[in-house]
Amino acid sequence: MNNNNTLSFLKKSDRTIDYDKNDRALFYYLMRVEPTVALCIACGACTATCPAGNFSSLDLHKIMLSIRRGEKVYIAKEITQCFLCGKCQLICPKNVNTRGVILQIISFLQSSQL
Amino acid sequence: MKFDWFVLPFTTGLLTLIFFLSWKYYKWIKQLDASQRKNFWKIIFSYKIFKLVKEIFLEVLVHRRIYKINPLLGYMHSSFALGWFLLIVFGAIETYLFATKPINHLYEPIFFKYFNLQQPSTHTHILFAFIMDLLLLYILSGISLAIIKRFYSALFGLKKTTKLFWTDKVALYSLWLIFPLRLLAESSTTAIYQNGSFLTNNTGILLQEYFSIAKISYTLWWAYSIDLMIFFIFLPFSRYMHIPTEMILIALRHCGFKTEKSFDNFSKIEIYSCSSCGICIDTCQMQTVTERNNMIPAYLFQKERHGKVLKIALYDCLICGRCENTCPVQINILNIKLARRKERIDKRAQQFHYLNNITLNNTNNSSVAYYAGCISHLTPSITRSIISIFEKFSTSYTFIDENGTICCGRPLILAGKYKDAQKLIAKNTEIIEKANVSTLITSCPICYKVFKTEYKLKIPVLHHSEWLYLQIIQNNWNLQKQNLNAVYHDPCELGRGSHIYNEPRNLLKLFLNLKDKQNYEKENSLCCGGSLGNFYLKENDRVKIAEHTYKSIMTKNDDCLITSCPLCKKTFQKISDKPVYDIAEVVLKSLKLN
Repeated sequence: MNNNNTLSFLKKSDRTIDYDKNDRALFYYLMRVEPTVALCIACGACTATCPAGNFSSLDLHKIMLSIRRGEKVYIAKEITQCFLCGKCQLICPKNVNTRGVILQIISFLQSSQL
Repeated sequence: MKFDWFVLPFTTGLLTLIFFLSWKYYKWIKQLDASQRKNFWKIIFSYKIFKLVKEIFLEVLVHRRIYKINPLLGYMHSSFALGWFLLIVFGAIETYLFATKPINHLYEPIFFKYFNLQQPSTHTHILFAFIMDLLLLYILSGISLAIIKRFYSALFGLKKTTKLFWTDKVALYSLWLIFPLRLLAESSTTAIYQNGSFLTNNTGILLQEYFSIAKISYTLWWAYSIDLMIFFIFLPFSRYMHIPTEMILIALRHCGFKTEKSFDNFSKIEIYSCSSCGICIDTCQMQTVTERNNMIPAYLFQKERHGKVLKIALYDCLICGRCENTCPVQINILNIKLARRKERIDKRAQQFHYLNNITLNNTNNSSVAYYAGCISHLTPSITRSIISIFEKFSTSYTFIDENGTICCGRPLILAGKYKDAQKLIAKNTEIIEKANVSTLITSCPICYKVFKTEYKLKIPVLHHSEWLYLQIIQNNWNLQKQNLNAVYHDPCELGRGSHIYNEPRNLLKLFLNLKDKQNYEKENSLCCGGSLGNFYLKENDRVKIAEHTYKSIMTKNDDCLITSCPLCKKTFQKISDKPVYDIAEVVLKSLKLN
């Protein structure tokens, strides 16, 4: 046991994402109110065109992935950089109603005080 | 004293109504801005009072604007309002002239024929009896139209008529009953005493054939009185609240009140002035094309009055302004919707910490600044055309968002995040001022609208269609004629939003055959469906709206569709079988041909 303690720095930190433990409430909420969220193929076109993304860490493609993973804290932090200009919606090849998704995320976060 | 117990329901109903309305209006008006409220006294004691009274007469009683839109509907509305008003006025005069006692009770004009049984003998009296019958006939004609409209609205040129809340229904049916009951009650009395005129006397004779008049007469007067009471009690809780409220609204408008950025008591008065006439239902493309009802002002305000507005009713709207344009009461529908969105959205601020890193790099001493806008960057043919025109005529320019910049702020305002939009507005103002130019040109009507209304820029802002027209007229640029039959589509934000209708048309007329689309141009133009105002509309519905608009404005002989908005262009391109151009592209083509 002692050995283990001293050599713990050699051990890689745990990088597993446990989907079962994540709270997917946001995803289910969006599926109900804005079902187009399910159409996303995470192609990244939205991120490529995003004018806010030119200056900040805003990355809609990552947010879309995080919605499914239930990483609400990340989403809450990132979504506040968006200015809803709608370029992502025009460019989306799967016609995800991105502005609707973002608006619904905002109202979900409002109700869950995140 | 002339009294019978059946006057009591009417009297209590009327007094309750007067008491309730005075209390409600006092509560609303008390909270309005006091300095603006004082304008009212200035109006009262000046010639402006005549303007005010004229407008109240024309709008509340004659319903002039409804007449203009739909004469039959206008007739129906004015027969109720004007007819009833004149019936009250003439009834009061009649009572004053011919009643045996000088005291004019509150209820006596209403039940005149019951209390005054002598036959009209003088010419004036006969004339008054005739007028009263004529007015009753006028109202009854309106009621028959109203009943027909409720079941066959197509006869009125209305595709749909308004669905009603239950209090509206009670008030509606009691209103429909008032005048037939009055006719029957009066007829039953005149059948015996012959104190009516052509209508009541003859109906009375007819009634006598089938019923024993003496028995039913008293019951009919009771029914008439009770029905009036029901209507008066339900009026404040139904759409008929618009009758008294519209007068208050017009008076307040003359004082300079307007719904702007926040929802206040004036907005409340506007909401209660909506008569649910249903004209907005047929103009709304969300209703006619995608068959949604929530966002239609007639229904939205109905929900507002009964206190349960759904979020979807506010956000599932194109904010195209077609309803506001046709509204006969001229309610600031868009401002009310945006103010309500502002209340609904998360108040916590967006974090635009990166704004400090944005600067304008290419400052050269140029005469114009060009702000393409986010969406213009998705239609590079527009920005390229503008730049080519700048270069062709060696206009020195600063391309503000050449390498991308922040948004103009309008989309955030449409979402209701007004405070966050102010941050972007402040930053953009700083950038534009740094560019040190004399004119700002933008390609995007959405940006144009917000530059005009929210930014406090010291330089003039022009949409590129305005700028091109000015340059061509001032500098006599030669434009090669093109043999194209073109249709011009007015973008909502540029047309109804900013009232730019003539510049693009005059410009196109210089070198194209511009087709007239009378029903669908200028104020009446349709929305392309691409609107940033809507947060719920799915792509397939957007396409449906675009197709509907395209089919409405394009005919077989038209060669191309021209618009001046990158968003409209992108939306139409998806569904159009003919080329869709921006106004800048066709101008450049004509300049190159030269």
